Amino acid sequence: MSDLIERSARDIAESVRSKKLKASEVAEAFCQRVQALDSKLHALLAFDADAVIAEAKKIDESGATGRLAGVPIVAKDNLQVLGHKLTCGSKILGDYTSPYDATAIARLRAEGALIIGKSNMDEFAMGSSCEYSAFGPTFNPWDLERVPGGSSGGSAAAVAASFAPISLGSDTGGSIRQPAAFTGTVGFKPTYGRVSRYGLVAFGSSLDQIGPFARSIGDAALVTEIMGGCDPNDATSLPDASPKLVDALGTGSLKGKKFGLIRSHLGKGCEEGVREAVLKTCKQVEQAGGEIIDIEMPNTAYSVQVYYILATSEASSNLARFDGVRYGARESEDGLLNMYMQSRGKGFGKEVKRRIMLGTYALSAGYQDAYYKRALKVRNLIADEFAATFEKVDYIIGPTTPDTAFKLGANMTDPLAMYLCDIYTISANLSGVPALSLPAGVDNLGLPIGVQLQARHGADADLIGIAHEMEKLIGFDAKPALA
Amino acid sequence: MISREDVVDTAALARLDLSEEEIERLTQELGKITDYVQQLAEVDIEQVKLGGESFNLSNVWREDEVAPSLKPEALLGNAPHAEAGYLRVPKIVE
Repeated sequence: MSDLIERSARDIAESVRSKKLKASEVAEAFCQRVQALDSKLHALLAFDADAVIAEAKKIDESGATGRLAGVPIVAKDNLQVLGHKLTCGSKILGDYTSPYDATAIARLRAEGALIIGKSNMDEFAMGSSCEYSAFGPTFNPWDLERVPGGSSGGSAAAVAASFAPISLGSDTGGSIRQPAAFTGTVGFKPTYGRVSRYGLVAFGSSLDQIGPFARSIGDAALVTEIMGGCDPNDATSLPDASPKLVDALGTGSLKGKKFGLIRSHLGKGCEEGVREAVLKTCKQVEQAGGEIIDIEMPNTAYSVQVYYILATSEASSNLARFDGVRYGARESEDGLLNMYMQSRGKGFGKEVKRRIMLGTYALSAGYQDAYYKRALKVRNLIADEFAATFEKVDYIIGPTTPDTAFKLGANMTDPLAMYLCDIYTISANLSGVPALSLPAGVDNLGLPIGVQLQARHGADADLIGIAHEMEKLIGFDAKPALA
Repeated sequence: MISREDVVDTAALARLDLSEEEIERLTQELGKITDYVQQLAEVDIEQVKLGGESFNLSNVWREDEVAPSLKPEALLGNAPHAEAGYLRVPKIVE
């Protein structure tokens, strides 16, 4: 049974459907894995093995016929899962328990999936290392002195450590793709609007997307296909039904395809190991008949600045609801203003306060034109630049991050240093295009490196198809050294 | 650069109770970050519209029909102070 935890979600579901395995046996194996390792990793904030086994037994009793029958899934703790506690990595929500399932969660559960736990994250998804969690960081399974990335660090570590074949994260500026790169997993951010945000606690509403972590493109495709599709509860969800991502597997071909590369992204600031891995992948693409074309996207050089105005502005509005009134911690009843100021002052962590302050300032009278409105216009320029680029190339290839997993504490003294971790990922959120990180190798310290692929807006099936081919070419099979 | 006064005013707008240490620290940090984002001033946005044309967005409408929603009891379950089906809060109007 020990190889059960290494099997793909598709494999496990097939075995459960054909009655070769019981959902409760699957759950048992993964629960043992969590119990053996999570005290070292701290990937999960909430885990109840008894409840998981009980739910698995119910799946067995009901026939276990879904596309994800019996498949364990870890969900980032900013996703509403009925009956489970929800913290968003923050103290401000107190003992909040979800009164409903997020649409993405409901769709997965309808296919027989089992949510086995909630994962650690940077508070309110604001961070790139999981060090801003109010409950302590998650540690990288590849090196316990290093971060797993963020903000979906717990979800990334969970899949890397085989706590589940699938986990869910959210990506606003790179919070799925960067931890995927740091943990040697596949991380996929679909086109904005592809997966409903109903039940995802909002950070930057025009940027947020739910997406999977997996050990293969195939599993990422299945999960995204099930979650995706129009949702009347999310007015920003795309009007179409979910694209057939599983059908796209095996249909991609690199022959004659054009891959744009921004060569300056491999220059100063990019770690040597990352550069080598990306260039090696580019060679493999060329050997398979694809073409690497040098491209320039000058407006994307402003992505980080645009993001830190728009995301924080939206966050300042979205986080206004945490006021001690309807849920969470209430610090005072000594007047309305005191209730607000103290509940928020005590309940929010450093980084969250920093971003709320920045966003409030950028939106305030006198500064709104210079900051918020200007950033909106530059965002339009960036989106147009992506559209124009995809007239010339089919995909954009490059490093997911400028470095590999850094040591805990390395980026905590300078907020800007942490923000620059997202330098290659942010523009996909600003333009809405689909983007994913594929593990492409390890550096000389044995730390995983991610290659990022982006496709035009809406081309999720196309991106999955080509990523599936590249995954075969790359042949990544390294594993974290866990006891 | 951002003034201490700006930080205090912004904190009031954001309904955040900040300690003296936090005000000082944030004055430094926000100053640094706002200096960094000032680089956007060099972008030529003369011809750029403010709207969402680049994103092919349109409003989503539905019929104004009453349909079941989440149950009030379930939602009140998370309230710090609920009473008789209402949320209890400090007095708002004198």
